[in-house]
Amino acid sequence: MAVLLLAEHDNTSLNDATAKTVTAAQAMGGDIHILCAGSDCGGVAEQAAKLDGVTKVLCAKDDAYGHDMAEPLAALIVGLAGDYDHIVAPATTNGKNIMPRVAALLDAMVISDISAVHGPDTFERPIYAGNAMATVKSSDAKKVITVRGASFDAAGEGGSASVEDVAAAANPGLSEWVEDKVVESDRPELTSAKRIISGGRGMGSKENFEIIEKVADKLGAAVGASRAAVDSGYAPNDYQVGQTGKVVAPELYIAVGISGAIQHLAGMKDSKVIVAINKDEEAPIFQVADYGLVADLFDALPKLEAAL
Amino acid sequence: MKVLVPVKRVIDYNVKVRVKADQSGVDLANVKMSMNPFDEIAVEQAIRLKEAGQAEEIIVVSIGVTKSQETLRNALAMGADRAILVEATDNVENDIEPLAVAKILKAIIDEEQPGLVLVGKQAIDNDMNATGQMLSALMGWPQATFASKVEIEGDKAKVTREVDGGLQVISVNMPCVMTVDLRLNEPRYASLPNIMKAKKKPMETKTPADYGVDVSPRLTIEKVEEPPARKAGVIVGSVEELVEKLKTEAGVL
Repeated sequence: MAVLLLAEHDNTSLNDATAKTVTAAQAMGGDIHILCAGSDCGGVAEQAAKLDGVTKVLCAKDDAYGHDMAEPLAALIVGLAGDYDHIVAPATTNGKNIMPRVAALLDAMVISDISAVHGPDTFERPIYAGNAMATVKSSDAKKVITVRGASFDAAGEGGSASVEDVAAAANPGLSEWVEDKVVESDRPELTSAKRIISGGRGMGSKENFEIIEKVADKLGAAVGASRAAVDSGYAPNDYQVGQTGKVVAPELYIAVGISGAIQHLAGMKDSKVIVAINKDEEAPIFQVADYGLVADLFDALPKLEAAL
Repeated sequence: MKVLVPVKRVIDYNVKVRVKADQSGVDLANVKMSMNPFDEIAVEQAIRLKEAGQAEEIIVVSIGVTKSQETLRNALAMGADRAILVEATDNVENDIEPLAVAKILKAIIDEEQPGLVLVGKQAIDNDMNATGQMLSALMGWPQATFASKVEIEGDKAKVTREVDGGLQVISVNMPCVMTVDLRLNEPRYASLPNIMKAKKKPMETKTPADYGVDVSPRLTIEKVEEPPARKAGVIVGSVEELVEKLKTEAGVL
């Protein structure tokens, strides 16, 4: 039997989260078929066909799929579900939006945000904001799953799967896309960035966040923030790293003026190398940092910018 | 329009979570329990809709142990009008899965005919992020998840959603299910007079059998463990030393 994997893309390029989900799918067993659904996803389907371990790419072109609306996409996936044991998607906001709807339509209990695969029906997932890890076994005939990208390496690009068009499903016509308000930036996207520098409440103001942005540009890094900084209005909401924001695992994570609340740690503790800069040497962030610098950030950040 | 708000009783968000030594779960004996913070935001939004004249009645529902009535009383004290308690287990450690919760809520919707369901985007215990989406699927309704702004205009609602990379604005037909995100509003505290008044508000008690729903879990918990600990590293003396170590030792610059 086989795995159906919903690709995450913007109709132009395939999101890295898809390749990571392929790695998780390989551990579930069986052929892997990627579903690319979009308004114009032919190019994305070609990219998906190159991923190692993928045996077939299904391409569903329709304007109804152009903005990741849950109702038409769930109808499409449920229509294809008969051939599959596992239906998986990256645990992005799209995956989290769509997959529970798919699961309910198939009378299955969704398994959200898995961090490890222990067998075709047994998975590990974080609960209580990452303060505990649960291993769960599903008794459903079809397993509907979202995959935490930070927990899996991306599949390589040596494959050459076939691409096949599939017909669109009837659109239930319940909802309409109005607009996207995406922040335009030259910096990398948080969840796929190799380097991230994040600021916390210690930054003190929105203006001071510009100091972080300067260092980020030197590093080629994405900018993140703790929930405290977002709630204080120092940084926009989509910068938020943590259990209630984005879960990231870059090669380098620099936490500046962040104390290290559990909710923040849950979003970044899988980073390869963690650096903490904080003037409070008792801050819990130092307990997870590979390199700690006890210093005033307003003194340390300009020096860091100059040293890079 | 009636508004239905499901609320869940969970471990208080300030309590440090302890995994039980026998790996059967998290210790919930004698710890403070509260309303799931995202559900509080949903209750607040329903009250604001009522205050704005867009809703007539707010019904809150909780599915779990008998003590969930405390959570319901709290919602009534905030401003909800009446409550339905569905006693689905007598053991606080039996989490009723979102699929079963959605089936019970569907049966309640069939009876009550609300025009809107507002619910938290996820519960902070199982972190499933699923109940709202599953309920809208079972109803055949649209879903507006992760809402940070809600505008109801006649038989449609315009909802701003928090998505990766920014915000998405969508328009959904009513009735619908909305799941709410952190920045939608700041929930009010219940005043003492309102806490007293809430004691007199109606609360019905039901069981899953009343709605013909089987709440047996589809997922069995094999074990629950502490997350792997990350060991602390070294404290460096200066920015120069930090950059040097990141280049030579860690190899990330």
